[in-house]
Amino acid sequence: MSVLVDRDTRLCVAGITGREGRFHTLNNRNYGTAVVSGVTPGKGGQDVEGIPVFNTFREAVAASEANTTMIFVPPPFAADSILEAADAGIATIVAITEGIPAHEELRTYAQLQRMPGIRLIGPNCPGVLSPGKANVGIIPAAFFREGNIGVVSRSGTLTYQVGNELARRGFGNSSIVGIGGDPVPGSSFVEVIALFEADPETELIVMAGEIGGRAEEEAAEYIAAHVTKPVVAYIAGFTAPPGKTMGHAGAIVSGTQGTAAAKAAALEANGVQVGRTPTAVADIVVAILNS
Amino acid sequence: MDLLEYQGKQLLARHAIPVPVGKPASTVDAAAGAASEIGYPCAIKAQVQIGGRGKLGGIKIATTEAEARQHASAILGMDIRGLTVRELWVEAASEIAAEYYASIVFDRGAKAALVMLSTRGGMDIEAVAAETPEAIASLHVDPLIGLQPFHARRLAFEAQVAEDVVRPVGAFLDALYRTFVQEEAMLVEVNPLVITPARVLVALDAKVTLDDNALYRHPENAALRDLSAEDPQERMAKQRDLVYVKLDGDIGVLGNGAGLVMSTLDVVAQHGGKPANFLDAGGGAKADAITAAVEVILSNRSVKAVLFNIFGGITRCDEVARGLIEAFETIKPTVPFVVRLDGTNSVEGRELLAGAGLANVHAVDTMDAAAARVVELAR
Repeated sequence: MSVLVDRDTRLCVAGITGREGRFHTLNNRNYGTAVVSGVTPGKGGQDVEGIPVFNTFREAVAASEANTTMIFVPPPFAADSILEAADAGIATIVAITEGIPAHEELRTYAQLQRMPGIRLIGPNCPGVLSPGKANVGIIPAAFFREGNIGVVSRSGTLTYQVGNELARRGFGNSSIVGIGGDPVPGSSFVEVIALFEADPETELIVMAGEIGGRAEEEAAEYIAAHVTKPVVAYIAGFTAPPGKTMGHAGAIVSGTQGTAAAKAAALEANGVQVGRTPTAVADIVVAILNS
Repeated sequence: MDLLEYQGKQLLARHAIPVPVGKPASTVDAAAGAASEIGYPCAIKAQVQIGGRGKLGGIKIATTEAEARQHASAILGMDIRGLTVRELWVEAASEIAAEYYASIVFDRGAKAALVMLSTRGGMDIEAVAAETPEAIASLHVDPLIGLQPFHARRLAFEAQVAEDVVRPVGAFLDALYRTFVQEEAMLVEVNPLVITPARVLVALDAKVTLDDNALYRHPENAALRDLSAEDPQERMAKQRDLVYVKLDGDIGVLGNGAGLVMSTLDVVAQHGGKPANFLDAGGGAKADAITAAVEVILSNRSVKAVLFNIFGGITRCDEVARGLIEAFETIKPTVPFVVRLDGTNSVEGRELLAGAGLANVHAVDTMDAAAARVVELAR
């Protein structure tokens, strides 16, 4: 097993005919993901290396039985595309697009909350990889292998770093989920950790957070109350000065709120071990799994 | 993007929120001219993107031209918490019967707009929030429904505004919410929201932060973009569209992805080094962006060694290598570089670098070892 994407995934790509969309669609297919269709308004009837393109999600779902989508359209059109996929009944929406206006993210999130059964991962995320089964997004899959560690992270490249440290020690992953660093992520740490807790293949959960916001603190409280599997955390930004935005929209420290030290303390108080570097995280994981 | 007070007021005025008449000025003569045009008494106000200027002498009332000149020359060039005052806003002095507080903030945790109202506005709102939070009425707004009249009434009654201004306060909050949504702001704050003796509401200050991701469809606001950061490296980086934050150490750091770069700073610090900057080359950075980034990093004379930490996903390591090679040709750096390339096209990237035979470039396989090496080289 794994979470979110697996051998039952039937992927429809929004923005399949764009340069980046096409490149990563074919990467995902080469990995073994069943890419069944694409959507680009006005290009219905064409195909991308044999993958049929439709004008609308409704047509794509009717013709290809897609159950998952990857959103790869430019920021001005991405929220619309997410809502269209939801309207067509696609259950798992993975939005890679970076730079969607915050108010649109907010309205989209509020609308999706009214549609039970539909889950958004991202936007501004690297996607979801279940090694050996399916890759939906831009995670460089060659660096990861099958295993029992679930990884959830706010940052794309940090996810790769942590996964890579584990791979160097011979450990693989059930799934790797990038939830994105935007102001309004469709899914939070808590929701993905709940999926890993319920997944029989996942033995241990690694969460990689960063400064800003309260998502890590909320995860700490949730873990203490609901999670039986060991969780190891990493927080980036111990040396970040207060008041400076560190790239991600969420990564800003204001006063003592949202500092790495405060997050680490909240996690440790709730029984989560925190590694101070990605290397230290991997060492803790190895110690737990070998004990 | 943070707006200056007067830019924020002009934005509010577009949505029918009353603001005092005023003019911007960047010289003493211009300020005196503006003051005479507006009439006395008038306020001379420092335009800086930081709070607390009133307490530091950044706002003065002038009743004559001589006073206007005197205040303008005192405030221009003044240092307010590390920012130099380069611009003034001269506006008609307002008569004040009461000072309220009103704001709308994009609340990420709650995933909704948070509207706040208090009758205890003015310079001590932070103390009010800390000591008597019940004096600030607040509520979250469902973005699909928006601020309804009953929300505004509830806030007005809960904040216990004067009875005769319940309706005007409601109308004001409605206009403020429309501004927040239509201009795609992350924050609109009016403090103080003045009630005049004639019982008219006036926004005496405005703090507005706009969503950078939405500027493409607000050309009027995008034109206010300020590329004149205080720090020369930060200014250079802004002009080159790079996410750069200057720090006070001597090790230049470049990585791809905010999380990985923050993590790199931490690991360098763990090894006893002090990073000179945060620089996120972003996803899918091409060679020319890398060259520009090297230029920005090295323009900081404190830098004694540079660490490149790349884990390619959408970014391709061969592009990064090409950018670095080009930077060596054009800039000819004299400090050592430690380069860690992993992920997409890392083999090609490493081969390119090795083939270029750049002096003083050290290829290291892991992030931890790369951090240790750069700290050693910076000593």
